[in-house]
Amino acid sequence: MLSRVADSLYWMSRYFERADHCARVLEANYNLMLNPSKVSAEERWHRIMASLGIATVGGIDPQMAMIQLTGDPEQESSIVSCIATSRENAGQVREQISSEMWERLNRLYHQVTKTDALVETDSDPLRLVAAVREGAYQFQGVTAATMNHGEGWQFIQLGKYMERSCALPVLLDAYFSTAGQADDLDWVGLLSSCAAFESYCKVYTADLKPDCMAEFLLLNPEFPYSVRYAVERMSAAIGAISGTSFKHATARIERIAGRLRAFLAYAQIADVMAGGLHRYLDSVIEQCKSLHAAVHEVYIDYPIQSALEA
Amino acid sequence: MPAQSADRPMPAPFSGYAIDAAYDEMFRAGGRPRPHYKHLYTQLLNLPSEELLRSKKEADLSFFNQGITFTVYGRTAGTEQIFPHDLVPRIISSSEWATIERGLTQRITALNLFLADVYHERRIVKDRIIPGEIIYTCKHFRRQMQGVRVPHDVYVSVVGTDLIRLPDGRFVVLEDNLRVPSGVSYMLTSRKVMKQIFPALFRKCGVRPIEQYSQALLSTLRSLAPEGRSTIVLLTPGIYNSAYFEHAFLAKQMGIELVEGRDLVVHDNKVYMRTTSGLQRVDVIYRRVDDDFVDPLAFRPDSSLGVAGLFNAYRAGNVVLANALGTGVADDKGIYSYVPKIIRYYLGEDPIVENVETFMMTDPAQRAHVCGNIEKYVVKAVGESGGYGMLIGPHSSRSQQAEFRDRIMADPRNYIAQPTLTLSTAPCFMNGRIEPRHVDLRPYVLLGDKVTIVPGGLTRVALRKGSLVVNSSQGGGSKDTWVLQN
Repeated sequence: MLSRVADSLYWMSRYFERADHCARVLEANYNLMLNPSKVSAEERWHRIMASLGIATVGGIDPQMAMIQLTGDPEQESSIVSCIATSRENAGQVREQISSEMWERLNRLYHQVTKTDALVETDSDPLRLVAAVREGAYQFQGVTAATMNHGEGWQFIQLGKYMERSCALPVLLDAYFSTAGQADDLDWVGLLSSCAAFESYCKVYTADLKPDCMAEFLLLNPEFPYSVRYAVERMSAAIGAISGTSFKHATARIERIAGRLRAFLAYAQIADVMAGGLHRYLDSVIEQCKSLHAAVHEVYIDYPIQSALEA
Repeated sequence: MPAQSADRPMPAPFSGYAIDAAYDEMFRAGGRPRPHYKHLYTQLLNLPSEELLRSKKEADLSFFNQGITFTVYGRTAGTEQIFPHDLVPRIISSSEWATIERGLTQRITALNLFLADVYHERRIVKDRIIPGEIIYTCKHFRRQMQGVRVPHDVYVSVVGTDLIRLPDGRFVVLEDNLRVPSGVSYMLTSRKVMKQIFPALFRKCGVRPIEQYSQALLSTLRSLAPEGRSTIVLLTPGIYNSAYFEHAFLAKQMGIELVEGRDLVVHDNKVYMRTTSGLQRVDVIYRRVDDDFVDPLAFRPDSSLGVAGLFNAYRAGNVVLANALGTGVADDKGIYSYVPKIIRYYLGEDPIVENVETFMMTDPAQRAHVCGNIEKYVVKAVGESGGYGMLIGPHSSRSQQAEFRDRIMADPRNYIAQPTLTLSTAPCFMNGRIEPRHVDLRPYVLLGDKVTIVPGGLTRVALRKGSLVVNSSQGGGSKDTWVLQN
C-alpha cells in the first residue's frame, strides 16, 4: 500500500472519530444543561471545552460556544471542520475505500454543511449533532461491512482507536480534576459522553461512584469506549500491519504498543487513584503520542536511502 | 437558419420540437422517428413528464452522492456541481457504428505509424507528403523523443476522438485527442445510472455493453509491459485536477495503484513507488499528467506534479509510459488537415471517416480565400484548445474580423479555418418537455496489441438552446450513448 494512502486513511479515520466524539460530548452535555444546577452554565462550558482538549481564555458565551463547536468551518476543532477534513482525506484515496463508504461520508458532509446557515436557531446544533452520530454509526457499519479487511482497513482502525485513546484520557481528566463540585447529573454526563451509561449500570448498577466510573472508562477490557479497549484494538491493528509488511524494523512500534497495553492491562484502579489519576492519564497520552510518531516514521515518511538498503 | 415546422404537429412531450437544417438524431424531416429510435420514442410518448422529472432527480442525486462532481475549490462555499446529465439516450444504429469503428481503427493505426515515423526516419517528410516545418513547429513536438524506441512502437494507447454529424448525416472527425483524453468515467457512470432508470428499455432495444472498458484498458496497458513484469500504476496530477474523479475511478476499476508524482522516486534509472512495505518497482505508468509536467528535469522545471528523473528511466527502457511522450504532434490542428494524406501514405487506403474541410493559412491561395470571406469561417489558433483563440465568423464584428485577418497575416502557421458547421441535434429533456439540442460524440479507442473500441462513447450536449458549444465549462452536459445490437 502506498505510504501516502495509508496516511490519508489514518487521518480520515482520526478526524471522523474526532467529530463523532465531539458530537457525543455535546449531545450529552446539552441535554444535561436543560436541568438547573448549582454549577453555572459558563463553568459547565469551561469543562466541555476542557474535556475536548480546547484551551479557553476568559468568558464563554454558551450560544457562541455551541456554534463554534458544531457548525463553524473556521474553527479547526468544530464538528463540521473535522468532517470536512475527514472527507478531504477520503477524497485523496477514493479508489482505496469502498464506494459505499465514500457515499456515506459525502452525504454526511453535505448534510452538515447545509445546516450551517441555520445553526443559530436553538434546536439546530442538536440536529446537526444527532445527524453526525447517526452518520457515524452508518459509516462505521458500512466500513466494516464493505471494505476489504486488509492493510488499509487496519490503518483505519489504527486511526480510529488512536484518536479514541488520546481523547478519552482528556475527557476523564476534565471531569476528575473538578470531581469535588460534581453532582450525579455531571457524572451521568460523563458516562453519556462515552455512550457508557447503560453498559456501566449493567456492571456496577446505577450507583455512580467516581472510582468505579474511572475503572470502567479506563480499564474495562470489553467496553468500546474504554481506554484499555481502544489501546487493545490499536495494538491489534499495529500487529496486523507489521504482519503484512516485513521490510521495516517494526520492533520498536510493537514495543511501545506492548508497553502501553501492559500499562493498562495490569493496572489496579486503587493504585492508579492513589498515584494520581492525572499523572496516569498524562502518561497514557504521552505513550500514544510516541506510538503515533513511530508509526509515521516507519510506514509513512521513511528516508529513501534506508529503504533501498533494506 | 430558419426553423421549418414539422409537417404534422408533434405529440406531447415533443410539442415544440423544432427540426431545422441540422441533422436530427431522432427524427427525419417531417417528424417521423428514425427506426432505431422507435422504442425510445414510444417509451417517451407514454411516460408522464412528472415521471421523467422524478427519474431526472433520482439520477442527479445518484451522481451527487457518488461524488461525480466538478469542484470549484474552497471548502467553505458549497461549490460542488454535478456534471449536467441528460436522461434521454443518444442512439446509434449498428450499421452506423460499424462505419465509425472501421474509420477510427484506420485513423488511429495511421496516426500511430505517423508518430513512429516522425520520431525516427521521417520518411513522410522525405517523401514530401508533409512539409517538415509544419511538424517541427508544432507546440507539442518533443525533440527529446527523437530516436527513443517505445515498446511495440505503440505511441497512443488511449485516444478520444471527437466526431460530429453533418446535416447530410455523415460523421466526420473534428479533433483527435492523442495526449490525455478524459471523460470516459462519465460514459461508464452514466450507463450505470441509466440502467437503473430504464431497465425495460435496455431489454427491448438490445444495447451493446460498454462495462468492459476498464478490463480492455488494463489488458491494453498489460500488453505494453516488459516480459514478466507487470506493476501498472495510474499517475494523476492529484485531487485538484478536474478529472481526478476519473483517475480514481479508473484505478479502482482496474485494481491498480493511483499514484501522484510525490509517491514515485527514480533511482538508478528505475522507477519505484513508496509503500508501507518499502519501495516497489513500477513497470507501466498510465499517465494522466501532460508531457510538460511529467519530469521537471527533462521538461518544465517548475512542475511539482512530476517525477524527477522519469524521462531518463523511460529512455533507458526501464518504464513504459502510456501514452508515450510527444504524441501531441499528431493532434495538432495544423497536422489535422494532413490526416487524410497520412492515412493514404501509410495504409494506402482512403479515409473511411473524413475530416472537416480545413484551410491552411500557410497556403497563399487558401489564405487569400479565407481572408476575403472571413465572415463565413471559423478561424482557430492551432496551439489553443477549449474554445480559446477562436473567431466564429458569422457571430463576429467587423473589427474582430479585421483583427483576425491581421493575426493570420502576421503568423499564418498558427491559424487554420473551417466552414461554420452545424452539429446534429438530439432530443433532450428540458423543463418538462423534449427539445432538440446540439451534440457531438467522443468514442474511446484503445491501442495495444490490438485496437479496441467499446461501442458508444461520450455524447456531449450543448444544453443552451441553439448553442454549438459542448464544453462542460461552457454549459455543456452529457448523455448516455447506446449502440444497438442490430
